[in-house]
Amino acid sequence: MKIVVLMKQVPDTYGERRLDTQTGRVDRGSSEAIVDEISERALEVALRYKDSHKGTHVTVLTMGPASANAALRKGLSMGADAAIHVLDDALVGADMGQTAAVLAAALPRNEYDLVIAGNESTDGRGGAVPAMLAEHLNLPHLSFLDSVELSVGEVSGERVSEYGSLDVRAPLPAVVSITERAAEARFPNFKGIMTAKRKPLSVVSLAELGLGPAEALAGARSVVLCASARPARAAGTKIVDEGNAGEQLAEFLAANRLI
Amino acid sequence: MSNVLALIETSAAGEIRSTAASLLAAAARLGTPVAVVAAAPGSAAGLAEQLGSLGAAQVYLAESDQVGRLLATPQVEALAAAAAELEPAAILTVNSVEGRDVAGRLAVRLRAGLITDAVDLRPSDTGWVAVHSVFGGAYTVESTIEGGPAVITVRPGAVEDRAPAQAATLTTVPLGTSASAAAVIDGIRDTVATSSRPELRGAEKVVSGGRGLGSKENFVLVEQLADSLGAAVGASRAAVDAGYVPQTFQVGQTGTSVSPQLYIALGISGAIQHRAGMQTSKTIVAINKDPDSPIFDIADFGVVGDVFAVVPQLVKAIEARAS
Ligand SMILES: Cc1cc2nc3c(=O)[nH]c(=O)nc-3n(C[C@H](O)[C@H](O)[C@H](O)COP(=O)(O)OP(=O)(O)OC[C@H]3O[C@@H](n4cnc5c(N)ncnc54)[C@H](O)[C@@H]3O)c2cc1C
Ligand SMILES: Nc1ncnc2c1ncn2[C@@H]1O[C@H](COP(=O)(O)O)[C@@H](O)[C@H]1O
Repeated sequence: MKIVVLMKQVPDTYGERRLDTQTGRVDRGSSEAIVDEISERALEVALRYKDSHKGTHVTVLTMGPASANAALRKGLSMGADAAIHVLDDALVGADMGQTAAVLAAALPRNEYDLVIAGNESTDGRGGAVPAMLAEHLNLPHLSFLDSVELSVGEVSGERVSEYGSLDVRAPLPAVVSITERAAEARFPNFKGIMTAKRKPLSVVSLAELGLGPAEALAGARSVVLCASARPARAAGTKIVDEGNAGEQLAEFLAANRLI
Repeated sequence: MSNVLALIETSAAGEIRSTAASLLAAAARLGTPVAVVAAAPGSAAGLAEQLGSLGAAQVYLAESDQVGRLLATPQVEALAAAAAELEPAAILTVNSVEGRDVAGRLAVRLRAGLITDAVDLRPSDTGWVAVHSVFGGAYTVESTIEGGPAVITVRPGAVEDRAPAQAATLTTVPLGTSASAAAVIDGIRDTVATSSRPELRGAEKVVSGGRGLGSKENFVLVEQLADSLGAAVGASRAAVDAGYVPQTFQVGQTGTSVSPQLYIALGISGAIQHRAGMQTSKTIVAINKDPDSPIFDIADFGVVGDVFAVVPQLVKAIEARAS
């Protein structure tokens, strides 16, 4: 089984995340860039299958700036076998449509049975790249899986939505996206970190993918018109319970017509 | 005015989901709202009247026996067929799990641009503008699509006004069997239909509980307060991870974003990822026994105290006022 896992580098959610209000893009200088937690979980799903099925080959794939190399290195040290980094200055500020088109072009034809992605990235929160990718590749797509069952020739799982859940399945090859319920990611161990250095990591440009900047970036695209910071919230009244805080709170709610 | 398509979400039984009215109102801001529904043949009687009352000028009913059997593709086909016929200025879906799947595929198929999670839409000199709330509401961003058609997912319930009722015309078209690769649905468990509490998304009031509740049994306290207020129930990720409630209750970065009139956080520390899902609430109340909890930095009314002492007294006080 050949599995490709899509990994994305994002600003750390624990840090102060900023948007450049001039360009509307993520200010990458303001907080540490880390592997999106959901990408690590996606990789974990692949690695668990690999643990119990010898001969499984896992490739991690990312499109991102030079620093995204670190995300792939982490993937390799967790246990992936190979990595592909699509890196090109023309991709700065790429939207979801462009990202999906480029990732589709970077997926080695007939070289994978399954593509695993996160359901939604913590910076963009678009949650649409995997579906777009599936359409480019004309593959079935199982999205937002809480659990993934993989067998020869088929992938199935439980897909959760706002309204409940579905049991879904598709023949391979397929694209799936997973939720944070699907797996708790492992930590790289010493051996993993050491061997990662010897694993293949290829950096490819748009030209090497056979895409001219025009082809990859033309067509309908989303444009940011303006961006502004919302004023920060201030703290209000704070009381320490001395036996009647529940009643005081009820009074506050009543005074604000909330009860 | 040009047409604007709105994909109506339906339950497994074919009923219209509660997201329809808000989505049609969003569509009406940009043009003539056309409700697009994918349904099993013959299952959608009375739809024109119902959707007309929510503001649809036309109902485009695409019938296919693949609805409920294949994941998302019948809805993609329905919108693609409607788009070919009606040349819409924009195509809207709900920013739900299914709505995003459909929007993503459709945007690629139509070579359209995609905008997700708009909280507002309005016409502009050059076309239209979508408004987003980014990084948990820390930023407001406006965007549009240039160079081609637009597919937009709209945050459920974000558009609060309603489009005027009209007498909708009904167009029924049969959908051919989709040739594109699709996932198969083997089983459906619809949980929303069975709950008597308000839905978390779009609720006026939300009461959330965190790890501070200590156990699944104790989480009943959160439910009691919610019921006394007629509020929806939410939770922190730590409470979900501990198994107190299902994941669909999670509020925050990787859960639901809520923006109610009143948000009450019980035994929640207020980690930045939790705040990202609730800090745009109108009024925030927090009860936490640690005076240094970051939740107090954004609370309009904070109580440093034990939830097991304060909440029962609060519930009693609310009930006393109600009677
Ligand atoms: C990528 C990523 C995404 C995340 N997404 C989310 C998300 O969507 N939503 C989310 O909530 N978190 C999310 N988190 C997790 C987040 O960082 C916190 O771990 C989580 O919010 C903590 O939940 P908590 O406040 O319930 O638990 P804790 O931080 O353990 O806080 C429990 C609080 O309860 C108080 N307490 C204990 N007993 C009592 C009592 N008897 N009475 C009153 N107070 C009491 C304590 O003082 C403490 O402040 C995410 C993290 C990451 C890395
Ligand atoms: N630039 C990227 N490189 C690699 N994978 C990506 C990229 N953008 C999105 N993805 C994948 O798509 C998932 C959903 O992202 P999004 O649709 O942007 O919310 C992520 O969790 C990744 O698995």
